[in-house]
Amino acid sequence: MKLNINGKAVEVNADPDMPLLWALRDILGLTGTKFGCGAGFCGACTVQLDGEPVRGCQTPVSAVGTAKITTIEGLSASAWGRKLQDAWVALDVPQCGYCQAGQLLAAEALLRSTPKPTDADIDAAMSGNLCRCATYTRIRAAIKQAAAA
Amino acid sequence: MSLSRRAVLKAGVVAGGGLSLGWQLGSARAALPGQLSAFVQIAADGAIRITAHQPEVGQGVRTSFPMMIAEELDVDWAQVTVVPAPGDRAVYGMQLAGGSMATPTQFERMRRLGAAARAMLVQAAATAWGVPAAEISTGSAMLRHKPSGRSARYADMASAAAQLKAPDPKTVTLKDPGQFRILGRRVPGVDNGKLVSGQPLFGIDARVPGMAYAAFAKSPVFGGKLKRANKAAALAVPGVKAVIDIAERRDLKAEIDVPLPGIEVLPQGIAVIATSTWAALRGRDALACEWEGGDAAFQSTLAWEAAAAKALKDGPQKPGFINHGDAPAKLAGAARQVTADYAYPFIAHAALEPMNCTAQVTDGKCTLWLSTQTPEDARRMVAVALGIKPADVTLHLMRSGGGFGRRLMNDVAVEAAVIAKAAGVPVKLTWDRAQDFAHDWLRPGGWHRLAAGLDAKGDIIAWHDHFISFGRGGNFDPPASIDQSLFPAGVIKDYRADVSVLPIASTLGWLRAPINNAFAFVTQGFIDECAHAAGRDTLEYRRALLGPPRAIPMAAEGGAEGAENSGTPYHTGRMRRVVDEAAVMARWGRKLGPRTGLGIAFHFSHLGYFANVVEASVNDAGDVKVHKIWVAADVGQQIINLSGAENQVQGSVIDALGAALGQRISFADGAVEQVNFGDYSLARMNDAPAVEVKFISTDFPTTGLGEPAYPSLAPALAGAIFQATGKRLRQLPFDTSQLKA
Repeated sequence: MKLNINGKAVEVNADPDMPLLWALRDILGLTGTKFGCGAGFCGACTVQLDGEPVRGCQTPVSAVGTAKITTIEGLSASAWGRKLQDAWVALDVPQCGYCQAGQLLAAEALLRSTPKPTDADIDAAMSGNLCRCATYTRIRAAIKQAAAA
Repeated sequence: MSLSRRAVLKAGVVAGGGLSLGWQLGSARAALPGQLSAFVQIAADGAIRITAHQPEVGQGVRTSFPMMIAEELDVDWAQVTVVPAPGDRAVYGMQLAGGSMATPTQFERMRRLGAAARAMLVQAAATAWGVPAAEISTGSAMLRHKPSGRSARYADMASAAAQLKAPDPKTVTLKDPGQFRILGRRVPGVDNGKLVSGQPLFGIDARVPGMAYAAFAKSPVFGGKLKRANKAAALAVPGVKAVIDIAERRDLKAEIDVPLPGIEVLPQGIAVIATSTWAALRGRDALACEWEGGDAAFQSTLAWEAAAAKALKDGPQKPGFINHGDAPAKLAGAARQVTADYAYPFIAHAALEPMNCTAQVTDGKCTLWLSTQTPEDARRMVAVALGIKPADVTLHLMRSGGGFGRRLMNDVAVEAAVIAKAAGVPVKLTWDRAQDFAHDWLRPGGWHRLAAGLDAKGDIIAWHDHFISFGRGGNFDPPASIDQSLFPAGVIKDYRADVSVLPIASTLGWLRAPINNAFAFVTQGFIDECAHAAGRDTLEYRRALLGPPRAIPMAAEGGAEGAENSGTPYHTGRMRRVVDEAAVMARWGRKLGPRTGLGIAFHFSHLGYFANVVEASVNDAGDVKVHKIWVAADVGQQIINLSGAENQVQGSVIDALGAALGQRISFADGAVEQVNFGDYSLARMNDAPAVEVKFISTDFPTTGLGEPAYPSLAPALAGAIFQATGKRLRQLPFDTSQLKA
């Protein structure tokens, strides 16, 4: 089947039931999207479908259809994405870094819909994404810095 | 032996981890042009490459260690490119992320490596210019001879310098800390750019030509035997290529002595080899394995709770396990006694990157791509499992998506190597989250019955604990033990711990600030209760307990052990200073809103002195909201990377907050009951308060930050909740249903 990933048409030969997470990682070699729990609890596999954050582990590849997929590898195509990446680097958000791809894709969707998020907006948009190292104070600060950039 | 400081030091000594290392590149490794040591290469084009050899698990060593070298090499941080190292102790010395010991054991060594490389460049310039080396100054990777006005780039002298005999690192001159230009600054992590753009860094990102994906079915009850499995159903799953019996359970611990021991067992099971991780996991599920028996089949949280209650009623199995002074006599003669029971559960590491390893075995040699805290152990373990030499195991040391002590253990690497050998192709073995919980090396649970004797003023003059935790053969497992020097032992002269040991067969391990992460909750919580019983302010009470500034020597090695601090003094003055600072930061004693409280606690572990204050409120439904956390810390003279240091502390206390509010592992029918983050909760964004951190520089050696901020959070929160509600929480995780108005 054909997928649109980060602005490119890609042919993928995968079982239709395979979650998008594993099609990206194991079939297409886009390993930036991470496996954390496989059950939708942690958000490490967050990607965007037509700009909406979804759980890659809960999205069968056959359900994607013509929706445009954005993964961490394509985040810099978005102006908000670039501002977030800059803020993430400058404020030194990551510790282990494993969850940060999912955090960034959730944050980019937040800023596109809510360019000046309040703390409550950030809580609502970001609480589905676990950071085991608990870098939350810096994630919050980086979202605000990107919003102000 | 435990993961105590001395164990880590011993591991370093075994490795020959002294200052002499880092100069031999190893016979198999060709020196690059301008290679001054295994850690420093200066290329002709000006590139300054510094090797990061320590395992990166989120503690920031891939940045902080090269900073130490760069500082003394006297280059600008912007000029440095950090390059990774494979796991190879013969070349790099100790490579171990554990016990918060990397910085205290290697800070000076890294500085001397940088200074020695600088000395070689200076000597090369002195020879080229025919001037005394002492007249040459350096800075920003430039050499300058002021009298003659000559100058050169490091790159111009690097190939000549590389021909020189390296100086004895002990003889090189180090900078005065006042001259530091890199250390102490906020330096963003060197991998940040790759992390925010999704480039492969982690073990789970490894891709090897011809690689297959593997899942491994094994008994959820430790030691269970396979009764039946439907291999045909597994093979019928699209993408599944093979199923492989791993028929023999092997006790590798009997075959090897690694510095960080555990119950290293290769379990019996069935490996499923497939074209994707998803197909492999589906194939594993299709096996519908049935298991029977197992060493751990008796395990049950309900039964353990009953056994602990019985031990508290009947009295300890081992009276006087630790006995300083005469606590029973002092208790009997005390003006009043305070008693309380505390308890805490097993908790899991739950590193977000599931356990995984990619392995290739060909012609008696093995290559691993592995996220690990202990690469040398992994090589040795895998070598034993495969019957080859450790030197024939090449280990690509990958970034770890969290360690927290879980990746001290390399069980997944052994499994991957054995499966790869049987499969005949490289395989990436990935555990799913349920396996991560089922086969963790858990922080052990425990129970304490405490009694304190107070004098007429209310000060504590005697401390008595009946401590119950887990072990084998009637002896505590090291991570479940009690250290004879753990506070308040030493500070309170009349101290006694009686103990009882409950049997366990599952694996117990080291989890961020092991032992301390539980004991601080118990000890500091009980001190709060004593202060309240005495009618005194808990801050003033703690200051009085610590007393005048002095170094209290810790008990000698021997007997019970397990904490990280054996043999190091407990400095009450350093502790009082952070306690006072945290109180000032939080404006201790100020008026608070309704059902709102401030709690304070302190703890010393991993050579670091920490105090924190928590402000929290509790609504009528009993929900706890933490408003802010203030942390004061003394980890010695020099903060290496202020950004990374602050991040470690903020993350530690929010991690501990998540544990206090929701983390509990339980057993039924021998196995762990929790399967995913739906029934094991970590702190989330909406739980995370602001965390203000202050480091106090003192004239003591620089120490580590991966762990010691964690332990004092839970008791400070319990103190805040007590002030807010009058309810004393003595059990982790907190049962907030008790807090309803």
